[in-house]
Amino acid sequence: MTHDLTRWSAARLADALGRREISAVEVTQAHLDRTAAVDGAVHSYLHVDTRGALEQAKAVDDARTSGAELHVMAGVPVAVKDVVATQGLPTTCGSRILAGWVPPYDATLVSKLRAAGMPILGKTNMDEFAMGSSTEHSAFGPSRNPWDLDRIPGGSGGGSSSVLASFQAPLAVGTDTGGSIRQPAAVTGTVGTKPTYGGVSRYGLVALASSLDQAGPCGRTVLDTAMLHAVIGGYDPRDSTSIHAPVPAVVRAAQSADVTGLRVGVVRQLTGEGYQPGVQARFDEAVALLVDAGAEVVEVDCPNFAYALAAYYLILPSEASSNLARFDAMRYGLRVLPEGIDDPSAEQVMAATREAGFGAEVKRRIILGTYALSSGYYDAYYGQAQKVRRLIADDFTRAFEAADVLVSPTAPTTAFRIGEKLDDPMAMYLNDVATIPANLAGIPGMSLPSGLADEDGLPTGFQILAPATHDDRLYAVGSALERQLVSRWGGRLLERIPELVPAGGSDDQHAGATMGMAR
Amino acid sequence: MPSLSRDDVAHLAMLARIELTDAELDRMLGELSVILDAVAVVQQAPTEGIEPMSHPLPLVNVTRPDEVRPGLTAAQALSGAPEADQQRFSVPRILTDD
Amino acid sequence: MTDLTAQQDVQAGDEVGSTIESAPQAVMSWQETVAAYDPVLGLEVHVELGTATKMFCGCPTAFGAEPNSQVCPVCLGLPGSLPVVNEIGVESAIRIGLALNCTIAPWCRFARKNYFYPDMPKNFQTSQYDEPIAFDGWLDVDLDDGTVYRVLIERAHMEEDTGKSLHVGGATGRIHGAEFSLVDYNRAGIPLIEIVTKPMTGAGERAPEIARAYVTAVRDLLRALGVSDVKMEQGSLRCDANVSLRQRTKKPEAQADVAFGTRTETKNVNSLRSVERAVRYEMTRHAAILAAGGSILQETRHWHEDTGVTTSGREKSDAEDYRYFPEPDLVPIAPTVQLVERLRTTLPEPPAARRRRLQATWGFSDLEMRDVLNAGAVELIEATVAAGGTPAGARKWWSGEIARRANVEGRELADMGVTPLDVAGLDGLVQEGRLNDSMARQVLDGVLAGEGDPRAVADARGLALVSDDGALAAAVDLVLAANPQLVDKIRAGKVQAAGALIGQVMKAMTGQADAAKVRALILDRVAQ
Ligand SMILES: [Zn+2]
Repeated sequence: MTHDLTRWSAARLADALGRREISAVEVTQAHLDRTAAVDGAVHSYLHVDTRGALEQAKAVDDARTSGAELHVMAGVPVAVKDVVATQGLPTTCGSRILAGWVPPYDATLVSKLRAAGMPILGKTNMDEFAMGSSTEHSAFGPSRNPWDLDRIPGGSGGGSSSVLASFQAPLAVGTDTGGSIRQPAAVTGTVGTKPTYGGVSRYGLVALASSLDQAGPCGRTVLDTAMLHAVIGGYDPRDSTSIHAPVPAVVRAAQSADVTGLRVGVVRQLTGEGYQPGVQARFDEAVALLVDAGAEVVEVDCPNFAYALAAYYLILPSEASSNLARFDAMRYGLRVLPEGIDDPSAEQVMAATREAGFGAEVKRRIILGTYALSSGYYDAYYGQAQKVRRLIADDFTRAFEAADVLVSPTAPTTAFRIGEKLDDPMAMYLNDVATIPANLAGIPGMSLPSGLADEDGLPTGFQILAPATHDDRLYAVGSALERQLVSRWGGRLLERIPELVPAGGSDDQHAGATMGMAR
Repeated sequence: MPSLSRDDVAHLAMLARIELTDAELDRMLGELSVILDAVAVVQQAPTEGIEPMSHPLPLVNVTRPDEVRPGLTAAQALSGAPEADQQRFSVPRILTDD
Repeated sequence: MTDLTAQQDVQAGDEVGSTIESAPQAVMSWQETVAAYDPVLGLEVHVELGTATKMFCGCPTAFGAEPNSQVCPVCLGLPGSLPVVNEIGVESAIRIGLALNCTIAPWCRFARKNYFYPDMPKNFQTSQYDEPIAFDGWLDVDLDDGTVYRVLIERAHMEEDTGKSLHVGGATGRIHGAEFSLVDYNRAGIPLIEIVTKPMTGAGERAPEIARAYVTAVRDLLRALGVSDVKMEQGSLRCDANVSLRQRTKKPEAQADVAFGTRTETKNVNSLRSVERAVRYEMTRHAAILAAGGSILQETRHWHEDTGVTTSGREKSDAEDYRYFPEPDLVPIAPTVQLVERLRTTLPEPPAARRRRLQATWGFSDLEMRDVLNAGAVELIEATVAAGGTPAGARKWWSGEIARRANVEGRELADMGVTPLDVAGLDGLVQEGRLNDSMARQVLDGVLAGEGDPRAVADARGLALVSDDGALAAAVDLVLAANPQLVDKIRAGKVQAAGALIGQVMKAMTGQADAAKVRALILDRVAQ
């Protein structure tokens, strides 16, 4: 399998590119070919930029040939979630209202990818405006979990998780407002980090909830994820909430994998009841492995986490209702004229466009947020949620006095079936119960694979949380655990994923691949 | 907890400029009521004397110097416009007047 | 849910306030109005700051640029864009607050004011809500009769301007009847400071005058601060006037106990004169409605400069719910004591104190000073004196001849094409006896026509009083010889008869003589 470049880690690709053993065009083409073969079945991408990716790859190869000093990641391709503005490449956020919109500017993190010479393969699918935990709320159809195509790849960043698990890209950029990087990573056996709030510029990220949103790296290994983190992270004067400090030494931490004497806190409120037995079992084993690696384990209490989900589902819709007001058919995006009105006013066109252009979940959250902010209810809902937010941050502060990192299962369950929770918004929301507190407090979190659940053979995720700006700790702990697990498994978890078998010569992309052999 | 009426949802939809269908209104009313019941738990939290937290990081005074930076050309600005005319965004008639 | 259900249910698309009143509204006479009612005013002044860039992005703010040529992802509200606060915008707000004797908030935030409008790119305005940067101030306003009215300032806060719509297809070019609108976002995001007064009571029949005097005082203050070009006609200074009436009490001391009436907010008041007229009009309109037993609708009204009336704008119903919340894309502003104190040292002398000082220095009478103020000539006179002109000469030119011409042409004094240096030069030529008044006016014509500085114009046009006494004496002798009857009359004591002789001499000298000198010469010869 080593000849198949799509199976290589980003670190290995970077190394081989640097040694000129392989070319960037070769690497990029291999991934584009893989996409042509399997994405009809997985549907990770909303847009594939074949030409742009190959142009960037060729530019890197040419520069390398001419002896130019290149970024260590130059030529390593990457997929970008469709919520991130890319100049000249459609950016839809999985919404009909933005179908066909091509931004006239790049997000800061995209500028950084381009500056590093990383070819952008395409834009990955997502729940509409990042509202969801399954990609079923994408206006352009769900992505599928490469472990079982009948199941969800997580959300909202299911495109970015499935693109990695189906070997269509070695790296992907995601965004995490309440778990949209970590939960998809958990259910697809991949790695994803939500950096400290302000660690990666939000400039060019189409905002869902401004005070919660954070872009971050997704990869198949902890080191790969760290390497992408180092590229996209750092201060940006265009983002007022950006941290004015260098990116923590995440790559060095991933390489060191040193947890000797580190205090690992198990959050009592984020284990046990409500967690699928297989998820809990893999979590308990992983904690034991960390002890084997030299860490100490303590139990910590975060009593106010009981209110986290409720606070989150007030703060997020409130900010979203305001952030999404700009989609009004006046300056960009969809314009729908109301039926049966001869000479519609701007207001009527706005209302008709937003009715036609937004999906049910988006409308639901906009209305909820409008309510939470409306006069007479602000204090009881939005104001109260902001106080709860402080309580949760205070819980973390206390917990981090007793522990250097906190751990929990990333999601309560493994991947559920497509359609299973679509009609029950609250059940869908519960997926994020373990990931949400980190967004409310602004602290960094990572999910990495902890194994397969016994009952369904699907991946389970292990979440690590660290104090704000100490993102490097995630990588030290994640890397240490990863080494223990890989040696125990005798290989990486993703080596056990079923093959996606391209259907012979079919032109129909959506029927283009079927499940191959069972595990 | 006060319960939400269908008129309330219609009013909220008007504020949010979404022309919901009758069927959507009915459905939204049911769903919102369930969600509101669930999120009302924030009111039970021990928040007396607690300052609201609107920002994850305690930053203040982030400003930029008053210096011109390159922006977009008019063509770029108008590139996504559903309709443009005379280098301006063309929008349907505007009702209210300030 | 009582709050929500009680709100007026305005569906999207209802033509709220779109009806225009075609018939003129009934108004009460001014005398009756002020006899029966006591007005309460509230004035909101919006000033566009003269910063180089917008409030939250690096786009330039120049007036009159090509449409949509001064925009970027931020001020266009493109998805993903983020605001960053203009440092000078904040400093200007603090300086304005200090000049208005306000307290500067040690910590404040921006807030989003959410409502949909096509000229507002994000469909929320980034503003300040319950945490303004400056609050609780006052401004003393000089009235025409020399009394001073103290206006209490509620707050001054930072916000951003909207884009500009061009309404196409309607008969009048106004909004009503327009088929579509064309939007230019160059103005969107330009920094605004909104200055809000506390309710102004006790003004009585002087309310319109006080309103005008207040806006004038704010304009002068902002100009002195150098934070804005304060041009009302270009919209860089805008005023909304809130007016309400309450029944006048028999005993004046009981007036304060009467609750305020329902107010209307009049917008589009684009000149100082309009401020006075609009307040006066609204008072008489309210009075007519109240006297007829009607009630005032709380609404926005539109001032029409041409017809001198207001018409109904948007109904300010409860359906408008701005859903303010702290702007999560910006962090709080916490001005340090050091910053505030440093900015305090940059404040100019308060305009009123400065006026008193200049009047004393220049030796102007109250009447002369008022003429100067009304002509808006204080700075120009100051500059002229600095350039070597005499205060009296500078005043004569700026608030006399140049002001007259500016008035005729409908232009600002400063835009007339004559500089303080020119006026100082002109005054110098008069003072040194080279020009008389009528010659000096001709020189001014030349300066205005771009012929050069006053001395060059005088030289080129050959304008100078004849200084050759011999030539003058000869001309006098000729005229005396030709008018023996007039000479006799003067000798008989009718000195005023000299006027006709002076005229003839001046004519003979083609105006290039000093009339006083001619007169002296004539009387001298006749007496011989
Ligand atoms: Zn701009």
